[in-house]
Amino acid sequence: MQNPYEPYPVRIDEVTDATEDKSLKTFRFVFENPEDEEKFSYRAGQFAELSVTGLGEIPIGIASSPTEKGFVMFTVFRVGKVTSYLHNMTAGDLMGIRGPLGNCYPWDLLEGKNIVIIGGGFAFTTLRSSIVYMLDPANRPKFKDIHVIYGARNPGLLLYRDELYDWEQRDDIHMHITVDGTDDPDWKYNTGFVPTITEQKAPAADKDTYAIVCGPPIMIKFTLPVLETLGYPHDQIIMSLENRMKCGIGMCGRCNIGKELVCKDGPVFTLAQLNHTPREY
Amino acid sequence: MEMIKIDKKDWNKGLDRSRKTYRLVGPVKRAGEDLAGFYELADKEHPDMGAADTVLSAKSVVYPQTEVMFRYTTDKNSPDCNRLKRPAADYSPRAVIGIRPYDAAAILMLKKNFDTPDYRDPYWCDAYEACTFVGLAVDAPSSTDFSTSTGSGPFSEKGLDVLLVDMAGHYLAKVLTDKGAAYMKAAGWQRAADAKAAAQQIEKKKKAAEALIVSSVSFDKIARKSILDLYKADFWDDVAFSCINCGTCTYVCPTCWCFDIQDESKGKTGVRYKNWDSCMYPLFSLHGSGHNPRGTKTMRARQRFMHKLKYFLDKYDDGIMCVGCGRCVRSCPVNIDIRRVCELMNRYGPDPDACAV
Ligand SMILES: Cc1cc2nc3c(=O)[nH]c(=O)nc-3n(C[C@H](O)[C@H](O)[C@H](O)COP(=O)(O)OP(=O)(O)OC[C@H]3O[C@@H](n4cnc5c(N)ncnc54)[C@H](O)[C@@H]3O)c2cc1C
Ligand code: SF4
Ligand code: SF4
Ligand code: FES
Repeated sequence: MQNPYEPYPVRIDEVTDATEDKSLKTFRFVFENPEDEEKFSYRAGQFAELSVTGLGEIPIGIASSPTEKGFVMFTVFRVGKVTSYLHNMTAGDLMGIRGPLGNCYPWDLLEGKNIVIIGGGFAFTTLRSSIVYMLDPANRPKFKDIHVIYGARNPGLLLYRDELYDWEQRDDIHMHITVDGTDDPDWKYNTGFVPTITEQKAPAADKDTYAIVCGPPIMIKFTLPVLETLGYPHDQIIMSLENRMKCGIGMCGRCNIGKELVCKDGPVFTLAQLNHTPREY
Repeated sequence: MEMIKIDKKDWNKGLDRSRKTYRLVGPVKRAGEDLAGFYELADKEHPDMGAADTVLSAKSVVYPQTEVMFRYTTDKNSPDCNRLKRPAADYSPRAVIGIRPYDAAAILMLKKNFDTPDYRDPYWCDAYEACTFVGLAVDAPSSTDFSTSTGSGPFSEKGLDVLLVDMAGHYLAKVLTDKGAAYMKAAGWQRAADAKAAAQQIEKKKKAAEALIVSSVSFDKIARKSILDLYKADFWDDVAFSCINCGTCTYVCPTCWCFDIQDESKGKTGVRYKNWDSCMYPLFSLHGSGHNPRGTKTMRARQRFMHKLKYFLDKYDDGIMCVGCGRCVRSCPVNIDIRRVCELMNRYGPDPDACAV
C-alpha cells in the first residue's frame, strides 16, 4: 500500500483570477507522472490536500470534473498561511497534491433523479465539478431535470462566470444566477439572496428530486427552512461540510462531528444524517 | 502455550545477548525526570523493572511525540526542489521490555486507528511491526488503576508477545506468540517451566493483583443511549468547570492518538513532522475563517470524554477507548476524573434497563 501522506508531484499549469477582487484564484495542475493521474481517479464532490513544502497542506474541493482529462483544477480563497503563499505561486512551479479524499456526492443514488444544485459564494467548486460531470454528453441522459441556483454578493464575485453564462444558454439545464445587489444596469439575471430565489425557483419536492446545498453558514441557515417548507425530506437534502483538517484520511482525529469524520465519512452528508450528529462544524 | 523460567541472575545476560538482533526499549529514569519513561536503552543500560508506573505511557515506542514524515528542499537549483522524501528510519526488530499490560492493550486500540482497510499509516505500522512486546504483569496496582473494568487488567495478555510474572528469584515467562518465542530464543531463555504448576502460580498472583484494584467504571448502559442525548446532557459545564485545557490528560494517555502535521524549514531545507496534538487545545479545530466548532473549553472537554466513552464505543463496538491505567487521573492538575465522568454518562437519563411500569 502506498504512503497515504505522500503527495503526487504536480506542476502549476495555469493560474487565473477567479473573482474580480482577486480573493480567489483558480489553479490548474498537471501531474508530473502520467500514471499518477490515473491513480488520482476521482468523482465529483471529493477533495484533495494541496501540499506546499515549507508551509503545509490544505484540503480543497476538486473543481474539475472527472470527465475533464489531462489536468485537475482547484479554486482557492486567500485566507491564511498556505492559501496566501499559494496565491503568489505561478505557472511552472512544482508542488504536490494527495487524494482523492473523502466521499463524493451519491451519484449512484442520484441517477434517474431531478437534481437541484444550490450554491453560494465560493462554495461552488465541487458543484461546478458536478455540473460539468452531469452535462457531459455521456452522462446527461442519466439525469432528469437539472436546476442550478447560484448566488454571490455581486456579479464580480461569481465563480466560473463564463461557464455560468454558457450554461444559461442551454436548454438541458435550468440556471438561476443571482446576486445580492449590483449597480450594473445591464445585469440580466436575478437579484436577491439565495434562499429567496430558492423559494421562487426551486422545483416542487418530489420523491425523485434531490437538492445539493453548499454555501456559507448564513446561506445554509436560511435555505434549509425554505427547502423544508417546499417539502424536501431530510434524506433528499445533501450537503458538503468543512472542518479544519490535517491528515484527510481519518487518522489525526480533529475533523469529527460526533463519531463521523468529515474527511473520511464525509465531506458529503444528507441532512438526515447530520440530524443525528452534534453538528460541530 | 510455552512457560519459561528465567532466573534473575540470567536476566541482564539474556537482555544483552538479545541485543545482537534487537534494539531494546524499556522504562528507565532519564535526567530531570522523577519517574521512568520508555526509552531506547543504551548499550549497557538495563530496564528498571522495579519502577512504579511511568508518567507517560509506552505509546511513544510506536508513536513518537515528534516524528519525521518527510524531508524536503526548496532550493530551486536542486532537481528535488519541493519533492517530499520519506527518510530511511531504523525499523530493525525492537523489543519493548517491561511494558505494562494496559499499555499493550492500548496499542491494539491505536492499531484500529492507524491500520485500517482503507489506509495504513506507514510510520505507525512499520514501527509496530518491528516491535516485540515483553510485558510485565503488575503485582501492586496503583490506587487509580481501574484496568480490570476496561477489558484489560494487571495480568492481561492483550497485545503482548510475552507476559513476565515476577516470582521474586525468577520470572515466569508465558510465551504468547511466535514473535515472543523468537525473542526468548535470542535472549537464550529456554528453560521450560512445569507448565501446569506455573499456570497455577500465575493464576494465584493474578487473583491477588486484581483484588488490589479498588476502583472501576461501568459503561454497560452508554451504548444504548443516543449520542445527542449524552452530548446535550446537563453535566458538561460542571465536568469542565475547573479544566484549564492544559492537555496533560491526552499526552499521558496510552490510547489518545490525535496528531498534527507541521512543516519546519531552516534556510532551504526542512522537515514535515507529525506531532502529538490534543483535542483540549482551541487550535485543534479552529477554521481559517476564525470560526471554531469547539470554541469553548466545555466543548473540548466534552469532545475528549465523548470520543473515549461514546463515539469509539459506537464506532467499533469493542469497549471504550480507555484501558484504565489511571494516568490522566493522577496527572490532572485539577483532579478531573474520567471514572466520575463515565459514571455520569452511564447513569444519565432514563435507565434503559429499567422495567416499564
Ligand atoms: C473538504 C474541504 C473542502 C474545501 N474546499 C475549499 C475550496 O474549494 N476552496 C477554498 O478556498 N477553500 C476550501 N476549503 C477551506 C480551506 O481548506 C481553508 O480555507 C484552508 O485550509 C486555510 O488554510 P490557510 O493555511 O490559508 O489558513 P490558516 O488559518 O493559516 O490555517 C492553517 C492550517 O489549518 C488548517 N485549516 C485552517 N482552516 C481550515 C478549514 N476551514 N478547513 C480545513 N482546514 C483548515 C489547514 O491545515 C491550514 O493549512 C475546504 C475545506 C474543506 C475541509
Ligand atoms: S489534565 Fe485536567 S486540566 Fe488539563 S486538560 Fe486534562 S482535564 Fe483539563
Ligand atoms: S483515559 Fe486516562 S485512565 Fe484511560 S487510558 Fe487514558 S490516561 Fe489511562
Ligand atoms: S483530517 Fe485528520 S481525521 Fe479528518
